[in-house]
Amino acid sequence: MLEILLNIIFLLTFPFLFIGIINKTKAFWAGRKGASVFQPFYDFIKLLKKGEVISTTTSFVFALSPSLMFASVIFAGLLVPVFNHRAILSFEGSFILFAYILALGKFFSLIAAMDTGSSFEGMGASREASFSTLVEPAFFIIMASIIALSGNYTFQSLSLILQNSGSFGYLIIILSVFALFIMMLVEGCRVPVDDPNTHLELTMIHEVMVLDNSGPDLAFILYGSGMKMVILASLIANLIIPTGLSLFYSVIAFVGIIFILAIIIGTLESSFARLRMTHVFEFIFTMSSISLIILSLTMISMNKHGG
Amino acid sequence: MKWIISKNNQVISLNEIPVLGIDELRNEIIKQYKTDKRVVGFFGCAEYSNVRLYTILADDNKSELLISSVRFMAGEKSYPSITKDISAFQMFEREFYEEFGIEPVGHPWLKPVRYSKNRFDKTQKIENYPFFKMDGEEVHEVAVGPIHAGVIEPGHFRFMCNGEKVYHLEIQLGYQHRGTESLFENNNNFAPHLAESIAGDTVIGHAITYSNAVEALLNIKISDKAELIRVLALELERIAVHIGDLGAISNDIGYLMGNSVFGATRTLVINTLLSICGSRFGRGLIRVGGVAFDIDIELSEKISKTLDKVLKDVDKMTETMFSSASVLSRLEKTGTLSMEKAKMIGLVGIATRASGLSLDARADHSWGWYKKFSFDKEILESGDVFARTHIRYKEIKQSMNIIKELLNQIQDCKEDILLVKSKNQLLGNSMVVSMVEGWRGEAVHTALTNNEGQIFRYKIKDPSFNNWYGLALAVRNNGISDFPLCNKSFNLSYCGNDL
Repeated sequence: MLEILLNIIFLLTFPFLFIGIINKTKAFWAGRKGASVFQPFYDFIKLLKKGEVISTTTSFVFALSPSLMFASVIFAGLLVPVFNHRAILSFEGSFILFAYILALGKFFSLIAAMDTGSSFEGMGASREASFSTLVEPAFFIIMASIIALSGNYTFQSLSLILQNSGSFGYLIIILSVFALFIMMLVEGCRVPVDDPNTHLELTMIHEVMVLDNSGPDLAFILYGSGMKMVILASLIANLIIPTGLSLFYSVIAFVGIIFILAIIIGTLESSFARLRMTHVFEFIFTMSSISLIILSLTMISMNKHGG
Repeated sequence: MKWIISKNNQVISLNEIPVLGIDELRNEIIKQYKTDKRVVGFFGCAEYSNVRLYTILADDNKSELLISSVRFMAGEKSYPSITKDISAFQMFEREFYEEFGIEPVGHPWLKPVRYSKNRFDKTQKIENYPFFKMDGEEVHEVAVGPIHAGVIEPGHFRFMCNGEKVYHLEIQLGYQHRGTESLFENNNNFAPHLAESIAGDTVIGHAITYSNAVEALLNIKISDKAELIRVLALELERIAVHIGDLGAISNDIGYLMGNSVFGATRTLVINTLLSICGSRFGRGLIRVGGVAFDIDIELSEKISKTLDKVLKDVDKMTETMFSSASVLSRLEKTGTLSMEKAKMIGLVGIATRASGLSLDARADHSWGWYKKFSFDKEILESGDVFARTHIRYKEIKQSMNIIKELLNQIQDCKEDILLVKSKNQLLGNSMVVSMVEGWRGEAVHTALTNNEGQIFRYKIKDPSFNNWYGLALAVRNNGISDFPLCNKSFNLSYCGNDL
């Protein structure tokens, strides 16, 4: 019971903190004091209090999409194991539901962007769609490898790699962490894929899709995308944290890893320029190639161990 | 005689300027272009019911200006376009057509330049701007502006794209047309303030251009010290804007470190201007007859110290930036403008020097203190965003050296008066062309006076007027997401173009 409660609190509060810490890190590298780490939360409250402007050219799709997107993210969040490697909802094959429930939310945000009829938003939607199509197969190859290795069909498999893969275990974990980190940057629309701070519509990917949203809708879109990053960061944390820790240490390790990831992202954003749009594909292909390496390592180690 | 030879800031009588037939002038221009002349002025001027068209060509090798004219009688409403043969005339002919309704027949691109005010045909409106259309299954148009995200000036950009790739960009400006040129007529006493407001980022550049022109017409010589302070201010403006641009370019590629460091450094430079004249942009410093503020020993030491710090920061930051692979991959081979194209469309300023053309009015048409020392132009050849970024760094260093030199010499002329007061009238029936290389490129002001010594025509050409079309060419075949970066690397003025 306590675990479930902690899990829900984590899911609801960390999206704000995660973005807050990224921004604080960026401010640190820029030599600024920066806004408080709770600023994203204040912004959320501020947006909730605001009114909404809805373009007359839009249909019900546009009104529906933010809530659908947020619901899909929060549902996906329930499937991901947090402390002690246990998820609130866990069943065999849950990772497939995880991927597609997120895809459903994204699908609606894409068609809502097209619904506005703005050429900017159509452009953003086409970019987002093409990047997602590349990320999806890589994610499945990685998950399939990990599941084959651990013999467990739930997300718990993430923590069971070491037990079954022998000498390749650590290598597979490192590669998976790296691949999922790339996925987090792509899905979270961070530098070097996208620049969340830019005001230039022509270069935006995710931001441009929500240009027409305002007020509470925008609040939940921002909250949702923060939550999506936290969920993906949780997958990484699951890979790293060994099994068998007590709840207390597990919470500390988990939260620590999430914070470290946020600081790494902030540091990356401060020291790299974002990629040229055509090079983003190559960046995502590195995730695909890593996933293929993981797959081959899995096959080799399964042969060895007679899996 | 087909041309009268003049120089920067040299007064000539309007009667001395040859009047040719249009066909004759057209052939002459084409002939002169073969020997590397280029157009710096091509504008009309109402003379009773007639229109006199002045043409000013610059000979950069000999530091000369070639001036000639044509008189169009009231009934003459067309002439064969020069743009057909020399593309660099395209903006000038469009502007001339717009103001006087004399059509350059065969102009490939006869579109409005600006809106309302002194247009001959007031029925042309923004709604009927003749945009190009492109058909095809994959082709789509993206329209941006005139109102943009962020606090910038208005201008409409229309991209014709295939997916992410830009085939062609049409830039439609003119929203800020406010009749600046006509406000200079009749010797207004607010003209110096007006000159500072032609383009808000080139306050000192335009103020000096105006003052040089008027001082030539007043026939006064300003003191060495005033001249020195002017050059110093102009170079400070160059440093400040260039550093700001480096920061803005960093910001556009999401390179936050560059943005914050250059942003902080730029503040040091504009605060130096603040301590000289009380305005961070140098407003109120340049006045006809000299300068309004002095630089004493204490201040000159302070300037020198600040600039040392600025140079150190800029050196360190650019070194980090230009050795970062992620930055270079964004800048290199983006928005390339070849030397041929730059020459063809008559590009000026840093953009043209980044494309390998040797054009710098500080050296080619030098005035004042620039005459006193040899001047090496900074030239790069690749013509891409990287070149336009790198050349800014090189020019910052160059300007630093110039200012160092000036500060050494300022002690020698500390007795000089700052502001020469003159009771002279402006020379009547005369013309003067004044060229100053501002940070963006050459600003050209041409003043024409009537018999009573009143300015009856004041023609301004900001470098943006030449360069906007260069931006349109540079983004062809680039990704549409690289447009903001290309745009920032040119950093052109909307109001300087719209006037």
